Amino acid sequence: MSGSKEIVGKIKSVQNTRKVTSALEMVSASKIRKAQDLMEASRPYSRMMRQVIGHLAQATLEEEHPFTAEREEVKRVGFIIMATDRGLCGGLNNNMFRKLLAEFRQWQEKDVEITTVVIGRKAAQFFRRLKVDISAATQDLGEQPRLEDLIGTVKVCLDDYREGRLDRLYLCYNHFVNTMTQQATFDQLLPLPPADEKPMLQYWDYIYEPNPKELLDDFLTRYIETLVYQASLENLASEHAARMVAMKNASDNANNLIDELKLVYNKARQAAITQEISEIVGGAAAV
Amino acid sequence: MASTIHCDIVSAEAEIFSGDAAMVVVPGEEGELGIAPRHAPLLTRLVPGQVRVILPEGEEKFYYISGGLLEIQPHVVTVLSDTAQRAGDLDEAAALKAKEEAERAIKDRTAGMEVAQAQAQLAEAMAQLAALERFRKQLKR
Repeated sequence: MSGSKEIVGKIKSVQNTRKVTSALEMVSASKIRKAQDLMEASRPYSRMMRQVIGHLAQATLEEEHPFTAEREEVKRVGFIIMATDRGLCGGLNNNMFRKLLAEFRQWQEKDVEITTVVIGRKAAQFFRRLKVDISAATQDLGEQPRLEDLIGTVKVCLDDYREGRLDRLYLCYNHFVNTMTQQATFDQLLPLPPADEKPMLQYWDYIYEPNPKELLDDFLTRYIETLVYQASLENLASEHAARMVAMKNASDNANNLIDELKLVYNKARQAAITQEISEIVGGAAAV
Repeated sequence: MASTIHCDIVSAEAEIFSGDAAMVVVPGEEGELGIAPRHAPLLTRLVPGQVRVILPEGEEKFYYISGGLLEIQPHVVTVLSDTAQRAGDLDEAAALKAKEEAERAIKDRTAGMEVAQAQAQLAEAMAQLAALERFRKQLKR
């Protein structure tokens, strides 16, 4: 019965792995809820913002704000890339990175340079191996990302855009469809795509303190920060969902493995017993 | 019914207050603003301070905001509160931090290379040791 002890050891180790994966699965399941609540809480702010910006954009029509004006020549595009800080979440990050690389190639064929801004440790690890420019980075957003942590990163992008070092800015994150599906999404942040608004019927206008241009600038900056913040929340929810599914698969696989190992173990045991009996019978016959 | 104005106080991270008010007092950039129903439409910046909401029943509620933006329409007042103190230099510092973080991320590449190199050397050394061991055993026999 030489092999059976090894098999028992193996079964034990797979059982331990299963313990870890099923615990992680349950933890992630509860965290999805929290992340979704956060997503919900941030919606009123951006909804209000959008309304006011729509109005402001029309009030300051004579001069288009740089953030909304389309540039004729695109020399350099920026990508804000949201990824997770931790692994064990299936192909969530890698699917997005693969899609991004295809996107990069398309731009590079057109001789457009690329700058990236990485949020999350996994993105930093991946993109520093590539020979692309990283202009800003943020890590460790944690379970409850705060807008405060993203302000700096967004400002770097906005300043680059204002000073002409960037001609276009994209936001890449995993859109949370439901717990089973997450979709790598690229949204254009700058120039801000015009909102589909109805033409204004009323002819009133705000009193502006100070002037509308400065206010529009403030509003747009905050709006873009909010979009990035919301993307980070969505990415967080996606991370937990992906991890839950990945861990569920791992637990299922562990179960299958344990079943198979048990079968092998029983067979080995049976064979050993049979052999022993036949030896005894053979011995008795010889006497 | 006494006239009221709908008041929303929201920040990017949460909805703070939503309801009808008899009057709202906010710290505007150009001075304190008291907003009664049918105020003229107005947009302004807010400085850090207290927002006072006077409910129709006369009860008062206080909220502290660290700056933000304010929109007034005749029957709606919206306070878009910032979640953090905002100032030119503070934002600048945050931007600098993000840039430094990026530089560190790029520098880590060399650190990562060193680790990989060290690991390769270690593996090589271990293989050599194992070969030596085998050689010795053969000699003993």
